[in-house]
Amino acid sequence: MIVSLFSTFFLIGLFTFGGGYAMLPLIQKEVVGFHHWLTMTEFIDVVGIAEITPGPIAVNTATFVGYKIAGILGSAAATLGVVLPSLIVILLVAALFVKVKDNPYVEAAFSGMRPAVAALIASAAINILPSSITDVRSALIAIASFSLLRYTKVSPILLLLLSGALGALIY
Amino acid sequence: MLWELFTTFFKIGATTFGGGHAMVPIIHREVVDTHHWLTNEEMIDMIAIAEITPGPVAINTATFVGYKKQGVLGSIVATAGVVLPSFLAILAIVSLFLKIENAPVVEAIFKGMRPTILALVAWAATRIAKVTLKDGFTFAVCGTALVLVLLLKIHPVAVIGLSAAAGLVHSGYSWKKRAQNASRGKEDLQ
Repeated sequence: MIVSLFSTFFLIGLFTFGGGYAMLPLIQKEVVGFHHWLTMTEFIDVVGIAEITPGPIAVNTATFVGYKIAGILGSAAATLGVVLPSLIVILLVAALFVKVKDNPYVEAAFSGMRPAVAALIASAAINILPSSITDVRSALIAIASFSLLRYTKVSPILLLLLSGALGALIY
Repeated sequence: MLWELFTTFFKIGATTFGGGHAMVPIIHREVVDTHHWLTNEEMIDMIAIAEITPGPVAINTATFVGYKKQGVLGSIVATAGVVLPSFLAILAIVSLFLKIENAPVVEAIFKGMRPTILALVAWAATRIAKVTLKDGFTFAVCGTALVLVLLLKIHPVAVIGLSAAAGLVHSGYSWKKRAQNASRGKEDLQ
């Protein structure tokens, strides 16, 4: 189980390009879809807590999932797994002076990868829709939150805390 | 130096919420302004490299600066420093959370939070889409990726690999055209 946690999050960490949210579709597929370590609803909650706590959302999610599944040892395994790929890659880049920045092949590959990442994150949103929009109230909260995020500089953390407070009131 | 690396990146890891690019100003202040471990130009390069390599920008920066200052040991110490605060914070919060998660008020709080989390993820997607979708190729890749992952249930890793290949093929095609045009242009001059 511990080894499985480590290897799963190593894979997830290895293929997370373009920011922390890019990790979500990977975690969805592996942790929820394949291993069934979390339900979709639990996955959503994990993302919420990872957003509120300090640190990159990617690492926080790994730590949380690992703990939920196998306690402290599990959280250590998952966190180590998700951090190791970037450690190794950056060391290789730095030590070997591998030119990745203006490399035309890297840029070419990323020209294809970036739109795919947008699609993958969108797919993650679509997958969590049934578990997050359960009634009219939640639909309204979602629309209001999205509008605020889109058109104001509101802090996501503040928004999450507010909607949590709202939830306590109306549910 | 090792201790300084650890404490600085521990501080960075502890004071940044939300991850990703929210962390950049804090990293910049510590690494460039206070400690002069990177120049401004190197910091900009670092961010560009962090976009291309796996992992969040904070961790990549820690690894890179740590290596630059104290080799492999430095990179491990710095990376551990930046990861530790959130690791410990999550452990503290999760053990509490798992005890209270079935309380009705907690369930109500999360019922309110989930739509916002959906909005956050959707917003992240639209932000990236806005920047990256600008021509037929990018729209095609995006659309195909959506179909592959949602309808055909293809693994995201496979989709990422395929999209990288598509990018290479597409660029190869446009490089070839540019080369052809260049040589054609040369011929016209003659």
